[in-house]
Amino acid sequence: MLRLEKRPSPSVFWERASPFLAVALTMVAGGIMFWILGKNPFEAIRTIFWDPLFNDQFAAYSRPQLLVKAAPLILIAIGLSLGFRAGIWNIGAEGQYIMGAIFGAAAGLAVYPVESRLIFPVMILAGAFGGFLWAMIPALLKTVFRTNEILVSLLLVYVAQNILAMMALGALRNPEGGGFPGSRNLSQIPSMANPELIAGTGMHWGVVAAFMAVIAGYILLQRHILGFQIKLAGQAPRAARFAGVSPARLVVLCLGISGVLAGLAGVFEVTGPAGQISIDFNVGYGFTAIIVAFLGRLNPVGILFAGLLMALTYIGGELAQLMLGLPSAAIQAFQGMLLFFLLATDLLTNFRVRLAKREGA
Amino acid sequence: MFGGIDPALLIAALMVNSVPIMLAATGELVVEKAGVLNLGVEGMMIMGAICGFVTAVVTGNPYLGFVGGALGAMALSAVFGVLTQVLQTNQVATGLALTLFGLGLSSLIGQSYVGIKPPATGDVALGPLADIPFLGVAVFSHDWMVYASIALVAGVWWALKYSRMGLVLRAVGESHEAAHALGYKVTRIRFIAVLFGGALAGLGGAYISLVRVPQWTDGITAGAGWIALAIVVFASWKPWRVLAGAYLFGGISVLQLNLQAAGSAIPVEYLSMAPYLITILVLVIMSSGRGKAALAAPACLGQNFHASR
Repeated sequence: MLRLEKRPSPSVFWERASPFLAVALTMVAGGIMFWILGKNPFEAIRTIFWDPLFNDQFAAYSRPQLLVKAAPLILIAIGLSLGFRAGIWNIGAEGQYIMGAIFGAAAGLAVYPVESRLIFPVMILAGAFGGFLWAMIPALLKTVFRTNEILVSLLLVYVAQNILAMMALGALRNPEGGGFPGSRNLSQIPSMANPELIAGTGMHWGVVAAFMAVIAGYILLQRHILGFQIKLAGQAPRAARFAGVSPARLVVLCLGISGVLAGLAGVFEVTGPAGQISIDFNVGYGFTAIIVAFLGRLNPVGILFAGLLMALTYIGGELAQLMLGLPSAAIQAFQGMLLFFLLATDLLTNFRVRLAKREGA
Repeated sequence: MFGGIDPALLIAALMVNSVPIMLAATGELVVEKAGVLNLGVEGMMIMGAICGFVTAVVTGNPYLGFVGGALGAMALSAVFGVLTQVLQTNQVATGLALTLFGLGLSSLIGQSYVGIKPPATGDVALGPLADIPFLGVAVFSHDWMVYASIALVAGVWWALKYSRMGLVLRAVGESHEAAHALGYKVTRIRFIAVLFGGALAGLGGAYISLVRVPQWTDGITAGAGWIALAIVVFASWKPWRVLAGAYLFGGISVLQLNLQAAGSAIPVEYLSMAPYLITILVLVIMSSGRGKAALAAPACLGQNFHASR
């Protein structure tokens, strides 16, 4: 019989190694899933993880996409990881992302067709504010009424989606769009566009912001008192309270920061890669970012790499859809599986697995 | 009345509409009473929806469809059980994983089933009862799941309150250390509770795809699982209040759908966000009353148990 023995302190080795083991296990399980779907598993895995980066034919297109897709994931995941560390579960980043995009786009379109270099920065601020505002709803309900932030933040995603539809069909609809839903294409309006900064790299302002968030997150957690308080509140809530850490303040800060970052991700997306407010603007980055946060071990540098890997599965998934006819839902299931394996391999960090003889009863 | 909406039909629609949430919430109530927080209700429901749909279409039998839905969701909940109970993973994170994975897998399974009509689930013949004016249409002309779900609430209420099994389950949820010291198998009991919750969520999901809609589209549950979770809090972990909560939310969603159909002046988007907003409002009211909701929660809710001795 296998027996679990609690480690006195978490294993440093397994804390680093378990994400790699989880990715490997997911590839095996995913391969089996692709095989059941009637695809060659080795070919599918190669198409998803290798071809986007190194295939002569596709790499030129897909390499820049890597940064484009990773940026929102990293931005959102950095914010979420702070809360997750403190035991504050914001799972409504998707809604904050949508609201960021709406606020940002609305700020820009309100002054259309004025051309000014100030418009883009104002839109970014408005986007951050939109995400912040949406995250403050669960934060204030939690601090004032002790309402569960998990349920409130999640339910607000559905509300945000309805507001998005309302905007795409109503207030923000392109008046010259022939009645089709969707706003003006912001990426084609010079003063509102978030262009590729260096041709052929996919680098846009959102990517810059994502890298800055990684650095800021690292400093916050390693060097700043707030980072210490977040970690303390997560690992020993009672000790944190005795140390004078106000739980309400942490809730507001963690949700606020993650709301701002999700809002930023939204506004960078709507002004750049997506281009416009449309009914299907959101594609689930806010939810995938939860996986990214865990895959990166709630650590900013880890999240950077996790975001890139998850972006790779998106791009590789599209490629596999094109080349092998692999359904896009397979990638979603694949990503979900990754989170399962991540959580499961965490066992090795906190427990020792021992082969034990059955004790005589 | 309500802009030309027939009240008898409204009540009838309300009873049908509240079934999925009622089933899922009753299952989750049992799970939480055992001290486990499974946030994967949405994922289990949608797995139930697609597994039930596929089974019903393939066999041509709607009743087998419900069995298939329950089994499909149970399989997913078993993954949750193994991860949280054996491998000691964080319950919140694992529940989220369950939802993300369930949404992906269901849409994968469902690809070739879009646009198909499932075999119809017939109404129960209640003979003369169905001929009673008003009540006949409103209450006594439904399919069997409507009545089964109410019976299930009653059964769970009785079992939790009066049976030995229910007492043990509550003990495990209130203090797993004490239950363990008394010799109860905490892990095993919790695992069974998780499976039960999964089966009910699956039934609820299957009801959506087989009766309420009835067809398959991606993301068909549209947050019903999350509303079910909220209803458990709303109900302060009491079965009969789950019934009341489910009817309340069933009523709101029926009303907003009817208003949409009747061409009300309120924009469609406001109406369709109403159920979510009202869920939030109710959560706030329930949690604000001097922390009553928090007091009613099982003491070990969401805590993992690892027997060191």
